[in-house]
Amino acid sequence: MPDILRWLLWRDVQLVLRQHADVLSMLFFFVITTSLFPLAVGADPKMLHTIGPGVVWVAALLSTMLSLGRLFHADYQDGSLEQLLLSPVPLTMAVAVKIFAYWLTTGLPLVFLAPVLGMMFGMADQELWVMTWSLLLGTPVLNLIGAVGAALTLGVRGGSVLLAVLILPLYVPVLIFGAGSVVAVAGGQSAQGGISLLAALLVLTVVFAPVAVAACLRIALE
Amino acid sequence: MRIFGFNIYRYAAPQEFHPLAGRIARWCAVAAAALLMAGLYLAFFVAPTDFQQGEAYRIIFVHVPAAWMSMLIYLVMAGWAAVGLALNARLSFMMARALAPTGAMFTFLALVTGAFWGKPMWGAWWVWDARLTSELILLFLYIGFIALHAAIEDARRADRAAAVFALVGAVNVPVIYFSVKWWNTLHQGASISLTKAPAMAAVMLWGMLLMVLAFWAYSIAVALWRLRCLITEREREMDWMNVAKEEA
Repeated sequence: MPDILRWLLWRDVQLVLRQHADVLSMLFFFVITTSLFPLAVGADPKMLHTIGPGVVWVAALLSTMLSLGRLFHADYQDGSLEQLLLSPVPLTMAVAVKIFAYWLTTGLPLVFLAPVLGMMFGMADQELWVMTWSLLLGTPVLNLIGAVGAALTLGVRGGSVLLAVLILPLYVPVLIFGAGSVVAVAGGQSAQGGISLLAALLVLTVVFAPVAVAACLRIALE
Repeated sequence: MRIFGFNIYRYAAPQEFHPLAGRIARWCAVAAAALLMAGLYLAFFVAPTDFQQGEAYRIIFVHVPAAWMSMLIYLVMAGWAAVGLALNARLSFMMARALAPTGAMFTFLALVTGAFWGKPMWGAWWVWDARLTSELILLFLYIGFIALHAAIEDARRADRAAAVFALVGAVNVPVIYFSVKWWNTLHQGASISLTKAPAMAAVMLWGMLLMVLAFWAYSIAVALWRLRCLITEREREMDWMNVAKEEA
Protein backbone atom coordinates (compact mmCIF):
# COMPACT_ATOMS: atom_id res chain seq x y z
CA MET A 1 0.00 0.00 0.00
CA PRO A 2 1.52 3.34 -0.96
CA ASP A 3 2.24 5.70 1.90
CA ILE A 4 -0.35 8.17 0.78
CA LEU A 5 -3.12 5.57 1.10
CA ARG A 6 -1.94 4.54 4.55
CA TRP A 7 -1.92 8.18 5.51
CA LEU A 8 -5.41 8.63 4.11
CA LEU A 9 -6.74 5.69 6.14
CA TRP A 10 -5.11 7.03 9.32
CA ARG A 11 -6.39 10.54 8.68
CA ASP A 12 -9.99 9.45 8.06
CA VAL A 13 -10.07 7.27 11.16
CA GLN A 14 -8.54 10.07 13.25
CA LEU A 15 -11.05 12.60 11.96
CA VAL A 16 -13.97 10.43 13.00
CA LEU A 17 -12.45 9.58 16.39
CA ARG A 18 -11.96 13.26 17.17
CA GLN A 19 -15.51 14.13 16.19
CA HIS A 20 -17.01 11.04 17.74
CA ALA A 21 -20.38 12.70 18.40
CA ASP A 22 -21.46 11.90 14.82
CA VAL A 23 -20.75 8.18 15.14
CA LEU A 24 -22.28 8.01 18.58
CA SER A 25 -25.52 9.62 17.44
CA MET A 26 -25.67 7.15 14.55
CA LEU A 27 -25.28 4.25 17.00
CA PHE A 28 -27.93 5.70 19.28
CA PHE A 29 -30.23 6.04 16.30
CA PHE A 30 -29.69 2.31 15.69
CA VAL A 31 -30.56 1.47 19.31
CA ILE A 32 -33.55 3.80 19.47
CA THR A 33 -35.23 2.67 16.24
CA THR A 34 -34.83 -0.96 17.28
CA SER A 35 -36.35 -0.34 20.68
CA LEU A 36 -39.32 1.48 19.17
CA PHE A 37 -40.64 -1.71 17.59
CA PRO A 38 -41.57 -3.58 20.79
CA LEU A 39 -43.35 -0.42 21.94
CA ALA A 40 -45.33 -0.32 18.70
CA VAL A 41 -46.23 -3.98 18.22
CA GLY A 42 -46.43 -5.17 21.82
CA ALA A 43 -44.13 -7.14 24.07
CA ASP A 44 -45.21 -10.68 23.16
CA PRO A 45 -41.88 -12.59 23.26
CA LYS A 46 -42.87 -14.95 20.49
CA MET A 47 -43.70 -12.18 18.05
CA LEU A 48 -40.61 -10.21 19.02
CA HIS A 49 -38.53 -13.29 18.30
CA THR A 50 -40.16 -13.55 14.87
CA ILE A 51 -39.64 -9.93 13.84
CA GLY A 52 -36.28 -9.50 15.60
CA PRO A 53 -33.87 -10.24 12.73
CA GLY A 54 -35.81 -8.06 10.31
CA VAL A 55 -36.04 -5.15 12.74
CA VAL A 56 -32.33 -5.20 13.61
CA TRP A 57 -31.38 -5.43 9.94
CA VAL A 58 -33.70 -2.64 8.81
CA ALA A 59 -32.46 -0.42 11.63
CA ALA A 60 -28.84 -1.17 10.67
CA LEU A 61 -29.66 -0.30 7.07
CA LEU A 62 -31.33 3.00 7.97
CA SER A 63 -28.63 4.14 10.36
CA THR A 64 -25.93 3.32 7.79
CA MET A 65 -27.79 5.32 5.22
CA LEU A 66 -28.37 8.30 7.51
CA SER A 67 -24.69 8.87 8.13
CA LEU A 68 -23.59 8.30 4.53
CA GLY A 69 -23.89 11.95 3.54
CA ARG A 70 -20.80 12.57 5.72
CA LEU A 71 -18.59 10.24 3.70
CA PHE A 72 -17.34 12.79 1.17
CA HIS A 73 -19.03 15.97 2.33
CA ALA A 74 -16.33 17.54 4.52
CA ASP A 75 -13.59 16.70 2.01
CA TYR A 76 -15.71 18.16 -0.76
CA GLN A 77 -16.22 21.41 1.12
CA ASP A 78 -12.62 22.03 2.19
CA GLY A 79 -11.20 21.03 -1.18
CA SER A 80 -9.21 17.98 -0.09
CA LEU A 81 -11.34 15.77 -2.34
CA GLU A 82 -10.10 17.78 -5.30
CA GLN A 83 -6.53 17.27 -4.14
CA LEU A 84 -7.20 13.56 -3.94
CA LEU A 85 -8.42 13.63 -7.53
CA LEU A 86 -5.20 15.31 -8.64
CA SER A 87 -2.90 13.09 -6.58
CA PRO A 88 -0.84 10.35 -8.30
CA VAL A 89 -2.64 7.44 -6.58
CA PRO A 90 -5.51 5.98 -8.59
CA LEU A 91 -8.77 7.52 -7.45
CA THR A 92 -10.37 4.06 -7.30
CA MET A 93 -7.85 2.97 -4.66
CA ALA A 94 -8.20 6.18 -2.68
CA VAL A 95 -11.98 5.77 -2.70
CA ALA A 96 -11.70 2.15 -1.57
CA VAL A 97 -9.50 3.22 1.34
CA LYS A 98 -11.88 6.00 2.31
CA ILE A 99 -14.82 3.60 2.33
CA PHE A 100 -12.82 1.09 4.38
CA ALA A 101 -11.95 3.76 6.94
CA TYR A 102 -15.58 4.75 7.04
CA TRP A 103 -16.67 1.17 7.62
CA LEU A 104 -14.09 0.74 10.42
CA THR A 105 -15.51 3.73 12.26
CA THR A 106 -19.24 3.32 11.61
CA GLY A 107 -19.99 -0.21 10.36
CA LEU A 108 -17.87 -2.16 12.80
CA PRO A 109 -19.30 -0.56 16.00
CA LEU A 110 -22.73 -1.37 14.64
CA VAL A 111 -21.78 -5.04 14.23
CA PHE A 112 -20.64 -5.19 17.86
CA LEU A 113 -23.77 -3.49 19.09
CA ALA A 114 -26.19 -5.74 17.19
CA PRO A 115 -25.97 -8.86 19.44
CA VAL A 116 -27.01 -6.77 22.44
CA LEU A 117 -30.10 -5.67 20.58
CA GLY A 118 -30.66 -9.23 19.42
CA MET A 119 -30.83 -10.35 23.05
CA MET A 120 -33.56 -7.80 23.65
CA PHE A 121 -35.56 -9.65 21.00
CA GLY A 122 -34.95 -12.99 22.69
CA MET A 123 -32.62 -14.48 20.10
CA ALA A 124 -30.76 -17.67 20.95
CA ASP A 125 -26.96 -17.93 20.89
CA GLN A 126 -26.77 -19.43 17.42
CA GLU A 127 -29.03 -16.78 15.94
CA LEU A 128 -26.92 -14.06 17.55
CA TRP A 129 -23.82 -15.55 15.97
CA VAL A 130 -25.37 -15.74 12.54
CA MET A 131 -26.70 -12.19 12.83
CA THR A 132 -23.28 -10.86 13.81
CA TRP A 133 -21.68 -12.69 10.91
CA SER A 134 -24.30 -11.52 8.45
CA LEU A 135 -23.84 -7.92 9.60
CA LEU A 136 -20.07 -8.26 9.45
CA LEU A 137 -20.37 -9.26 5.79
CA GLY A 138 -23.35 -7.04 5.03
CA THR A 139 -22.39 -3.64 6.46
CA PRO A 140 -19.38 -3.19 4.12
CA VAL A 141 -21.71 -3.92 1.19
CA LEU A 142 -24.12 -1.29 2.50
CA ASN A 143 -21.28 1.22 2.76
CA LEU A 144 -19.92 0.41 -0.70
CA ILE A 145 -23.30 0.73 -2.42
CA GLY A 146 -24.10 3.77 -0.33
CA ALA A 147 -20.85 5.44 -1.34
CA VAL A 148 -22.10 5.48 -4.94
CA GLY A 149 -25.18 7.36 -3.79
CA ALA A 150 -23.14 9.70 -1.62
CA ALA A 151 -20.90 10.54 -4.58
CA LEU A 152 -23.89 11.08 -6.87
CA THR A 153 -25.63 13.46 -4.48
CA LEU A 154 -22.50 15.34 -3.45
CA GLY A 155 -23.33 19.01 -2.97
CA VAL A 156 -26.86 18.57 -4.30
CA ARG A 157 -29.71 20.38 -2.58
CA GLY A 158 -31.97 18.04 -0.60
CA GLY A 159 -29.15 15.52 -0.86
CA SER A 160 -29.94 13.37 2.17
CA VAL A 161 -33.53 12.57 1.19
CA LEU A 162 -32.46 12.00 -2.38
CA LEU A 163 -29.75 9.66 -1.15
CA ALA A 164 -32.38 7.54 0.60
CA VAL A 165 -34.54 7.35 -2.53
CA LEU A 166 -31.58 6.33 -4.67
CA ILE A 167 -29.94 3.85 -2.33
CA LEU A 168 -32.66 2.02 -0.42
CA PRO A 169 -33.97 0.07 -3.45
CA LEU A 170 -30.41 -1.11 -4.13
CA TYR A 171 -30.14 -2.35 -0.54
CA VAL A 172 -32.92 -4.90 -1.04
CA PRO A 173 -30.72 -7.95 -1.83
CA VAL A 174 -28.45 -7.33 1.18
CA LEU A 175 -31.46 -7.02 3.45
CA ILE A 176 -33.04 -10.19 2.09
CA PHE A 177 -29.95 -12.35 2.45
CA GLY A 178 -28.88 -10.80 5.76
CA ALA A 179 -32.16 -11.02 7.61
CA GLY A 180 -33.02 -14.22 5.73
CA SER A 181 -30.00 -16.10 7.06
CA VAL A 182 -30.98 -15.29 10.66
CA VAL A 183 -34.58 -16.29 10.01
CA ALA A 184 -33.35 -19.56 8.46
CA VAL A 185 -31.36 -20.42 11.58
CA ALA A 186 -34.31 -19.56 13.81
CA GLY A 187 -36.41 -21.95 11.72
CA GLY A 188 -33.89 -24.77 12.14
CA GLN A 189 -32.39 -24.46 8.66
CA SER A 190 -28.83 -23.77 7.62
CA ALA A 191 -27.75 -20.14 7.28
CA GLN A 192 -24.99 -21.03 4.87
CA GLY A 193 -26.88 -20.04 1.73
CA GLY A 194 -27.60 -16.51 2.89
CA ILE A 195 -24.12 -16.00 4.32
CA SER A 196 -22.46 -17.26 1.14
CA LEU A 197 -24.59 -14.96 -1.00
CA LEU A 198 -23.72 -12.02 1.25
CA ALA A 199 -20.05 -12.86 0.79
CA ALA A 200 -20.61 -13.01 -2.98
CA LEU A 201 -22.27 -9.57 -2.88
CA LEU A 202 -19.34 -8.27 -0.86
CA VAL A 203 -16.83 -9.53 -3.44
CA LEU A 204 -18.87 -8.03 -6.29
CA THR A 205 -19.26 -4.64 -4.65
CA VAL A 206 -15.62 -4.48 -3.52
CA VAL A 207 -14.61 -4.89 -7.15
CA PHE A 208 -17.16 -2.65 -8.85
CA ALA A 209 -18.34 -0.03 -6.38
CA PRO A 210 -15.04 1.90 -6.02
CA VAL A 211 -14.86 2.22 -9.81
CA ALA A 212 -18.41 3.59 -9.93
CA VAL A 213 -17.74 5.93 -6.99
CA ALA A 214 -14.59 7.27 -8.65
CA ALA A 215 -16.56 7.93 -11.86
CA CYS A 216 -19.27 9.74 -9.88
CA LEU A 217 -16.73 11.88 -8.03
CA ARG A 218 -15.13 12.90 -11.32
CA ILE A 219 -18.55 13.91 -12.62
CA ALA A 220 -19.30 15.86 -9.43
CA LEU A 221 -16.00 17.73 -9.43
CA GLU A 222 -15.33 18.42 -13.08
CA MET B 1 -21.64 5.05 -40.47
CA ARG B 2 -23.91 5.02 -43.50
CA ILE B 3 -27.19 3.15 -43.60
CA PHE B 4 -29.17 3.20 -46.88
CA GLY B 5 -26.97 6.06 -48.04
CA PHE B 6 -27.74 8.21 -44.98
CA ASN B 7 -25.05 9.34 -42.61
CA ILE B 8 -26.67 8.49 -39.28
CA TYR B 9 -24.08 10.38 -37.24
CA ARG B 10 -25.53 13.52 -38.77
CA TYR B 11 -28.54 12.97 -36.53
CA ALA B 12 -26.41 12.93 -33.38
CA ALA B 13 -26.54 16.73 -33.58
CA PRO B 14 -29.64 18.09 -31.81
CA GLN B 15 -30.42 20.64 -34.51
CA GLU B 16 -30.50 17.90 -37.15
CA PHE B 17 -32.54 15.50 -35.08
CA HIS B 18 -35.09 18.03 -33.85
CA PRO B 19 -37.16 18.19 -37.08
CA LEU B 20 -36.74 14.45 -37.78
CA ALA B 21 -37.92 13.62 -34.24
CA GLY B 22 -41.02 15.71 -34.86
CA ARG B 23 -41.85 13.80 -38.05
CA ILE B 24 -41.28 10.36 -36.48
CA ALA B 25 -43.27 11.34 -33.40
CA ARG B 26 -46.23 12.44 -35.49
CA TRP B 27 -46.35 9.17 -37.48
CA CYS B 28 -45.92 7.08 -34.36
CA ALA B 29 -48.72 8.96 -32.62
CA VAL B 30 -51.07 8.21 -35.54
CA ALA B 31 -49.98 4.56 -35.55
CA ALA B 32 -50.44 4.33 -31.78
CA ALA B 33 -54.00 5.68 -31.98
CA ALA B 34 -54.95 3.29 -34.80
CA LEU B 35 -53.36 0.24 -33.15
CA LEU B 36 -54.88 1.10 -29.80
CA MET B 37 -58.38 1.29 -31.24
CA ALA B 38 -57.98 -1.99 -33.11
CA GLY B 39 -56.42 -3.68 -30.09
CA LEU B 40 -59.08 -2.47 -27.65
CA TYR B 41 -61.82 -3.51 -30.08
CA LEU B 42 -60.41 -7.03 -30.22
CA ALA B 43 -59.87 -7.06 -26.47
CA PHE B 44 -63.33 -5.94 -25.44
CA PHE B 45 -65.69 -7.03 -28.22
CA VAL B 46 -64.15 -9.93 -30.13
CA ALA B 47 -62.11 -11.90 -27.61
CA PRO B 48 -64.21 -14.59 -25.88
CA THR B 49 -64.89 -14.62 -22.16
CA ASP B 50 -62.45 -16.80 -20.27
CA PHE B 51 -64.21 -19.80 -18.76
CA GLN B 52 -62.15 -19.67 -15.56
CA GLN B 53 -61.53 -15.98 -15.04
CA GLY B 54 -64.67 -14.47 -16.54
CA GLU B 55 -64.55 -10.91 -17.87
CA ALA B 56 -61.91 -9.75 -15.41
CA TYR B 57 -59.15 -11.36 -17.40
CA ARG B 58 -59.50 -8.64 -20.05
CA ILE B 59 -57.22 -6.39 -18.03
CA ILE B 60 -54.28 -8.45 -19.29
CA PHE B 61 -54.57 -6.66 -22.61
CA VAL B 62 -53.30 -3.57 -20.80
CA HIS B 63 -51.40 -5.21 -17.98
CA VAL B 64 -49.03 -7.48 -19.89
CA PRO B 65 -47.93 -4.95 -22.53
CA ALA B 66 -47.46 -2.31 -19.81
CA ALA B 67 -45.28 -4.61 -17.71
CA TRP B 68 -43.33 -5.53 -20.80
CA MET B 69 -42.74 -1.90 -21.78
CA SER B 70 -41.74 -0.96 -18.23
CA MET B 71 -38.78 -3.33 -18.34
CA LEU B 72 -37.87 -2.73 -21.97
CA ILE B 73 -37.83 1.06 -21.54
CA TYR B 74 -35.50 0.75 -18.55
CA LEU B 75 -33.07 -1.28 -20.66
CA VAL B 76 -33.28 1.18 -23.55
CA MET B 77 -32.80 4.06 -21.12
CA ALA B 78 -29.73 2.43 -19.57
CA GLY B 79 -28.46 1.71 -23.09
CA TRP B 80 -28.72 5.38 -24.07
CA ALA B 81 -27.08 6.34 -20.78
CA ALA B 82 -24.16 4.01 -21.56
CA VAL B 83 -23.85 5.40 -25.09
CA GLY B 84 -23.88 8.90 -23.67
CA LEU B 85 -21.14 8.16 -21.16
CA ALA B 86 -19.02 6.30 -23.71
CA LEU B 87 -19.30 8.75 -26.62
CA ASN B 88 -20.05 11.89 -24.61
CA ALA B 89 -23.06 12.61 -26.82
CA ARG B 90 -25.55 15.02 -25.28
CA LEU B 91 -28.43 13.77 -27.44
CA SER B 92 -28.05 10.28 -25.90
CA PHE B 93 -28.37 11.71 -22.40
CA MET B 94 -31.44 13.65 -23.45
CA MET B 95 -32.90 10.46 -24.94
CA ALA B 96 -32.41 8.62 -21.62
CA ARG B 97 -33.99 11.54 -19.78
CA ALA B 98 -36.92 11.63 -22.22
CA LEU B 99 -37.67 7.93 -21.76
CA ALA B 100 -37.74 7.90 -17.95
CA PRO B 101 -41.22 9.39 -17.30
CA THR B 102 -42.83 7.07 -19.87
CA GLY B 103 -41.13 4.08 -18.30
CA ALA B 104 -42.23 5.13 -14.83
CA MET B 105 -45.78 5.60 -16.11
CA PHE B 106 -45.90 2.09 -17.60
CA THR B 107 -44.45 0.60 -14.41
CA PHE B 108 -47.14 2.34 -12.39
CA LEU B 109 -49.80 1.23 -14.88
CA ALA B 110 -48.58 -2.37 -14.66
CA LEU B 111 -48.77 -2.27 -10.86
CA VAL B 112 -52.23 -0.71 -10.77
CA THR B 113 -53.74 -2.98 -13.41
CA GLY B 114 -52.08 -5.90 -11.65
CA ALA B 115 -53.86 -4.92 -8.45
CA PHE B 116 -57.19 -4.70 -10.32
CA TRP B 117 -56.58 -8.16 -11.68
CA GLY B 118 -55.35 -9.57 -8.40
CA LYS B 119 -58.40 -8.56 -6.38
CA PRO B 120 -60.95 -10.78 -8.21
CA MET B 121 -58.44 -13.53 -9.03
CA TRP B 122 -56.48 -13.95 -5.80
CA GLY B 123 -58.72 -12.02 -3.43
CA ALA B 124 -55.99 -9.52 -2.59
CA TRP B 125 -54.89 -6.21 -4.08
CA TRP B 126 -51.27 -7.04 -3.43
CA VAL B 127 -49.23 -10.17 -2.74
CA TRP B 128 -45.48 -10.20 -2.10
CA ASP B 129 -44.79 -12.19 -5.20
CA ALA B 130 -41.30 -11.96 -6.72
CA ARG B 131 -42.52 -10.27 -9.88
CA LEU B 132 -44.69 -7.72 -8.12
CA THR B 133 -41.95 -6.81 -5.71
CA SER B 134 -39.30 -6.37 -8.37
CA GLU B 135 -41.70 -4.31 -10.46
CA LEU B 136 -42.23 -2.08 -7.44
CA ILE B 137 -38.48 -1.70 -7.01
CA LEU B 138 -38.20 -0.88 -10.71
CA LEU B 139 -40.63 1.98 -10.10
CA PHE B 140 -38.38 3.21 -7.29
CA LEU B 141 -35.39 3.12 -9.64
CA TYR B 142 -37.25 5.20 -12.24
CA ILE B 143 -38.24 7.69 -9.56
CA GLY B 144 -34.66 7.83 -8.31
CA PHE B 145 -33.40 8.56 -11.83
CA ILE B 146 -35.93 11.36 -12.35
CA ALA B 147 -35.37 12.83 -8.87
CA LEU B 148 -31.59 12.79 -9.22
CA HIS B 149 -31.78 14.49 -12.59
CA ALA B 150 -34.16 17.11 -11.24
CA ALA B 151 -32.06 17.83 -8.14
CA ILE B 152 -28.81 18.70 -9.94
CA GLU B 153 -28.90 22.12 -11.49
CA ASP B 154 -25.96 21.90 -13.85
CA ALA B 155 -27.44 20.09 -16.86
CA ARG B 156 -24.16 18.42 -17.84
CA ARG B 157 -23.55 17.01 -14.38
CA ALA B 158 -27.21 15.98 -14.05
CA ASP B 159 -27.02 14.05 -17.32
CA ARG B 160 -23.91 12.16 -16.34
CA ALA B 161 -24.84 11.46 -12.74
CA ALA B 162 -28.28 10.18 -13.73
CA ALA B 163 -26.67 8.05 -16.44
CA VAL B 164 -24.36 6.39 -13.92
CA PHE B 165 -27.34 5.74 -11.66
CA ALA B 166 -29.30 4.19 -14.55
CA LEU B 167 -26.38 1.83 -15.23
CA VAL B 168 -25.98 0.91 -11.55
CA GLY B 169 -29.71 0.20 -11.49
CA ALA B 170 -29.51 -1.93 -14.63
CA VAL B 171 -26.78 -4.06 -13.04
CA ASN B 172 -28.85 -4.39 -9.89
CA VAL B 173 -32.20 -5.29 -11.44
CA PRO B 174 -31.32 -8.98 -12.06
CA VAL B 175 -29.74 -9.28 -8.60
CA ILE B 176 -32.85 -7.78 -7.03
CA TYR B 177 -35.13 -10.03 -9.08
CA PHE B 178 -33.38 -13.23 -8.05
CA SER B 179 -32.96 -12.21 -4.43
CA VAL B 180 -36.67 -11.42 -4.17
CA LYS B 181 -37.48 -14.70 -5.88
CA TRP B 182 -35.40 -16.74 -3.43
CA TRP B 183 -36.72 -14.77 -0.50
CA ASN B 184 -40.23 -15.48 -1.65
CA THR B 185 -39.73 -19.21 -2.00
CA LEU B 186 -37.88 -19.26 1.33
CA HIS B 187 -40.80 -17.77 3.21
CA GLN B 188 -44.07 -18.94 1.84
CA GLY B 189 -43.70 -21.30 -1.07
CA ALA B 190 -45.03 -20.37 -4.49
CA SER B 191 -48.71 -19.79 -3.79
CA ILE B 192 -49.48 -18.17 -7.10
CA SER B 193 -47.63 -19.05 -10.23
CA LEU B 194 -47.80 -16.45 -12.94
CA THR B 195 -45.31 -18.28 -15.10
CA LYS B 196 -47.64 -20.92 -16.44
CA ALA B 197 -49.28 -19.11 -19.31
CA PRO B 198 -52.58 -20.75 -20.18
CA ALA B 199 -53.09 -21.69 -23.79
CA MET B 200 -54.60 -18.59 -25.31
CA ALA B 201 -57.11 -18.32 -28.07
CA ALA B 202 -55.62 -16.90 -31.24
CA VAL B 203 -57.81 -13.82 -31.12
CA MET B 204 -56.56 -13.02 -27.61
CA LEU B 205 -53.00 -13.34 -28.83
CA TRP B 206 -53.75 -10.96 -31.70
CA GLY B 207 -55.34 -8.46 -29.36
CA MET B 208 -52.32 -8.64 -27.09
CA LEU B 209 -49.95 -8.20 -30.02
CA LEU B 210 -51.82 -5.14 -31.27
CA MET B 211 -51.75 -3.62 -27.80
CA VAL B 212 -48.01 -4.25 -27.51
CA LEU B 213 -47.41 -2.54 -30.86
CA ALA B 214 -49.67 0.34 -29.80
CA PHE B 215 -47.68 0.81 -26.59
CA TRP B 216 -44.42 0.71 -28.55
CA ALA B 217 -45.65 3.38 -30.96
CA TYR B 218 -46.98 5.46 -28.06
CA SER B 219 -43.67 5.25 -26.19
CA ILE B 220 -41.65 6.28 -29.22
CA ALA B 221 -44.00 9.16 -29.98
CA VAL B 222 -44.08 10.51 -26.44
CA ALA B 223 -40.36 10.05 -25.83
CA LEU B 224 -39.44 11.84 -29.04
CA TRP B 225 -41.88 14.63 -28.29
CA ARG B 226 -40.33 15.04 -24.84
CA LEU B 227 -36.91 14.95 -26.48
CA ARG B 228 -37.93 17.87 -28.70
CA CYS B 229 -38.95 19.81 -25.61
CA LEU B 230 -35.62 19.01 -23.93
CA ILE B 231 -33.68 20.10 -27.01
CA THR B 232 -35.65 23.33 -27.21
CA GLU B 233 -35.06 24.01 -23.53
CA ARG B 234 -31.34 23.24 -23.57
CA GLU B 235 -30.45 24.90 -26.86
CA ARG B 236 -32.68 27.95 -26.66
CA GLU B 237 -29.68 30.28 -26.75
CA MET B 238 -28.19 28.64 -29.84
CA ASP B 239 -28.20 30.34 -33.23
CA TRP B 240 -30.01 27.54 -35.06
CA MET B 241 -32.90 27.74 -32.62
CA ASN B 242 -33.34 31.45 -33.25
CA VAL B 243 -33.17 30.95 -37.03
CA ALA B 244 -35.79 28.21 -36.75
CA LYS B 245 -37.95 30.50 -34.62
CA GLU B 246 -37.83 33.29 -37.19
CA GLU B 247 -38.66 30.88 -39.98
CA ALA B 248 -41.65 29.50 -38.14
